[in-house]
Amino acid sequence: MIELHHVTKEYGKRKSLDNVTFTFEKGKVYGILGPNGSGKSTMMKIMAGLVYPSKGDVTIAGKKADRKTASNLAFLASEGMLYPGFKIEQMIHYYHSQYSDFSIEKAEELLTFMELDRHQKVSQLSKGQQGRLKLLLVLSRQTDVLLLDEPFIGLDPMVRDTIVQGLVSFIDFGEQTVIIATHEITEIEPILEDAIILESGRITAHCNVEQIREEQGLSILEWLKSNFKKGELV
Amino acid sequence: MMSAQFKTSKPIYSQIADKIVQQFVRGELIPGEKLPSVREMAIQAGVNPNTIQRTYGELERLGVVETKRGQGTFMTEEIDMKRKLRSDIQREIIALFIENMRSIGLEDREIHESVQSFLNGGESGHD
Repeated sequence: MIELHHVTKEYGKRKSLDNVTFTFEKGKVYGILGPNGSGKSTMMKIMAGLVYPSKGDVTIAGKKADRKTASNLAFLASEGMLYPGFKIEQMIHYYHSQYSDFSIEKAEELLTFMELDRHQKVSQLSKGQQGRLKLLLVLSRQTDVLLLDEPFIGLDPMVRDTIVQGLVSFIDFGEQTVIIATHEITEIEPILEDAIILESGRITAHCNVEQIREEQGLSILEWLKSNFKKGELV
Repeated sequence: MMSAQFKTSKPIYSQIADKIVQQFVRGELIPGEKLPSVREMAIQAGVNPNTIQRTYGELERLGVVETKRGQGTFMTEEIDMKRKLRSDIQREIIALFIENMRSIGLEDREIHESVQSFLNGGESGHD
């Protein structure tokens, strides 16, 4: 369980998160939706213990989020995860050396699944291959929390489907709490249970995905649009 | 059956249930056949396993599938089920068809004639 309690994050005068209170329940899959600049990445970094809130607090399983709680959490960051000079297998060994919960077996399975060549250098990978490698690195860990910040960015639709199937195959549903921040919703929707809309640093809506279809006949994308003022969403 | 193939008007779990029922009625799934595990089905469909859990739960409630403890989920062997499902689907298709025909202003008599002539291999249109 991850709890955000009146969390505000200020960068200078700008509030990236504005008094956010929310509880992510254990074992569920959440989507954090919203346009660029709505505070999604800040929220992810705060939960990952990489950034501290200006006000309020964040707890993971009752403990304040910091570098220690981060050891039980896998974070797919939108940038800065890969070392260009490394080969894929070196990246895997590096992660294995850094995280005791990193499973080499799972990494091997994922190499096959993601169709990656262990001898290729990171600097030679396409965007799609980089995206798959990042996912491999986080899904090979056995953590209670999995945070994915824009896992689809720059990826073409074919690769996105592979990634969605990778997620379904390798997430430990019911045990892992998974939070996916994205503005590309269509592919990810069938694996989400709940969705949250973040708008200018505030949570403006929260729903259960199947319930929205059942009661309003809307996909999450349509629901998202109906919750935004016209023209605000890219 | 990936994400893009789901309609927005219905929950995903019931769309997958519909698909299984259709496959059963068409004979692509046979009575007593074992369905993929929840996990396998979730991977095939690219959806959350909870969704499949709900699909199987709903189908079990309707008597379409049977879950045997420790063995998995199987299509029912109930003899009348296939016939019943076929007539359910038939009714749904007809209801939708009639609704569409009426919405373009046809009288029941005209709908009747139009279907008749279509089946006879003649012109399907009616003006």
